[in-house]
Amino acid sequence: MSEAFEPTIIAYTCHFCPYEMADKAGEQGLSYPTNVSIIEVPCTGRIDVIHLLRAFQDGADGVYVVACKEGECHHKTGNLVAKKRLQYTKKILDDLEIGSERLEMRYIMTGEVPHFARIAQEMTDKIRALGPNPVKNGGAAHKA
Amino acid sequence: MKTESKLEKILESGQLAVTSEAGPPRGAEPEVIRKKGEMLKAYVDCCNVTDNQTAMVRVCSLASCIILKQMGLSPILQMTARDRNRLAIQADILGAYAFGINTMLCLTGDHQSFGDHPTAANVFDLDSIQMIQGVNKIRQEGTFMGGAKMTLAPKMFIGAAANPFADPFELRVMRLAKKIAAGVDFIQTQCIFNMDKFGKWMQMICDEGLDQKVHILAGITPMKGLGMARYMKNKVPGMDVPDEVINRLKGVPKEKQADEGITMAVEQIQQLKEMKGVHGFHIMAIEWEEKVPEIVERAGLLPRPKVD
Amino acid sequence: MIVAEQKPLKEIIAMTSPFKKLLIVGCNECVTVCHAGGRKEVEQLAAALAMAAQKDGRPLEIKEVTLERCCDPEYIEQVRPFIDQYEAVLSCACSVGTQYFADTYPTKWALPALNTSFMGGSLAQGIWAERCAGCGNCILHETGGICPIARCSKRMLNGPCGGSTGGHCEVNPDIPCGWQLIWDRLVALGRTPDYAKIMAAKDWNTSRDGGPRKIVREDLTI
Repeated sequence: MSEAFEPTIIAYTCHFCPYEMADKAGEQGLSYPTNVSIIEVPCTGRIDVIHLLRAFQDGADGVYVVACKEGECHHKTGNLVAKKRLQYTKKILDDLEIGSERLEMRYIMTGEVPHFARIAQEMTDKIRALGPNPVKNGGAAHKA
Repeated sequence: MKTESKLEKILESGQLAVTSEAGPPRGAEPEVIRKKGEMLKAYVDCCNVTDNQTAMVRVCSLASCIILKQMGLSPILQMTARDRNRLAIQADILGAYAFGINTMLCLTGDHQSFGDHPTAANVFDLDSIQMIQGVNKIRQEGTFMGGAKMTLAPKMFIGAAANPFADPFELRVMRLAKKIAAGVDFIQTQCIFNMDKFGKWMQMICDEGLDQKVHILAGITPMKGLGMARYMKNKVPGMDVPDEVINRLKGVPKEKQADEGITMAVEQIQQLKEMKGVHGFHIMAIEWEEKVPEIVERAGLLPRPKVD
Repeated sequence: MIVAEQKPLKEIIAMTSPFKKLLIVGCNECVTVCHAGGRKEVEQLAAALAMAAQKDGRPLEIKEVTLERCCDPEYIEQVRPFIDQYEAVLSCACSVGTQYFADTYPTKWALPALNTSFMGGSLAQGIWAERCAGCGNCILHETGGICPIARCSKRMLNGPCGGSTGGHCEVNPDIPCGWQLIWDRLVALGRTPDYAKIMAAKDWNTSRDGGPRKIVREDLTI
């Protein structure tokens, strides 16, 4: 079962440095695991707790946020805000026994073209080892 | 005389008074209280009995005072506003007076978060100044704080604490004046280690003429060693331990530090005897009551006066 | 405003787990401002509870609704058309709102998602502090505009106690000494002689000690 497990991973990716580098990586033919789905955001400061929770609720096994390095945010403090919201969400994930380690924050700077693929590979390996999001194994719950 | 208090008689006679304190045990052991009483009896005029000191539950001050009273000591009933509303305060005063206890100390009390019941509710119906006012009203008007007439109104000799080292320093003298206006008769100060600051405070008191209106007993605490000095300096709120105290203890070998602490206390008393406005000493040897006789003797405060 | 914070999630999960159909209600007033129980917090809590149920294989149907105010009967009425479809109300309003649900819908469980903490205001984004203890007889005109009842840990009317050090309370160095603040105000106002006045024992009858309180304005009643 665990060998067959292919995780679903969401990468909330900042429009600026990180997304640009992901784009460049594509142009250069650098591949990254197909497990990772990118959601481009105007700034990681736009990501709210609910966006992170919804990803897990809808079946993601892992979520990560790719931000510009601290001090490099196009909107000055967006990545710092995101970092705090991640911390808050991690506490919820721990309380729910989903596990805060399924959520991570990563940084990419302009010029770091291969980083996007490397991070995607690292997260995929990590989440694959952790196994599926336990929410998915539950019964047939639904939201009105 | 306002009261029958032994402390009042000694202070009014112009002699230096000596008081000490006995902390009741954390178990129902009357012999512990008696032992402390025996130790102190011949060496002090009156003995304070603490009231759930540092918010740790102990035998109540009232019961311990009764034990000491029955041994022939003159106990001072300490009472905090933390654990009692005005009903309980007055009931305890009536009870105390019924046993011949006629001297008390009105305190707001340490916050319960310091003690072993941090989840308890506190009371603080009154603060220390309002408690003084109430006890003085009972004495002067013979009525309860609520206004109803009492059949036999206790005449308590009323004490309070003062901390010359707490902040803001500039209002500490004004606060003392408020306690005097409320009706306080005597003050026992916080443990004095910073003699310069205490001298400055006393000077301000004398400048205001407050030394003529209240008897100030200087608080003396012998240091058991360097560890205690450091703890008092760093951990106890409102405590002012200057570096010279730390350094003097540091300068002697560990096994001699206790002796040095006693010597320092004796020297302090000798120095303070000369200070205008100091009418006596309140020796707080924390869980070290057995050293009080030695301090009193070496400080030249023996024999204690006899009053009827 | 009333300042509240969400209860620990595990506690909320435990209190809601017996129910299969849950109405989560937020409030647009104070608890929205203090980020404890507004629309956004209701949405997050609903997502978390849905996940908790999914994980345990429990069926759970959740409806989210955020009312304009939960301390007025007319707004509480707004859930009446659909309340029968739910077994319990999880209130993200302050405890006043939670009790309004209990009073209005006697056969529905009213569960508190928040701990209602105090009356206060925000000091900065994300930080709130207590300012009023609701004693029912304001004395701010006598204390330089700083309340000793709410801001002194021992609610002393003739403070400060001997534990005030460097402007801090003995209870916790993070708490400013209320009486230091009062004194600083008196100094700034040139009113230090006011300190000499003894404030008499307070009549606590107007506070909680007098029993649950009620105000009736005859001119407004209909």
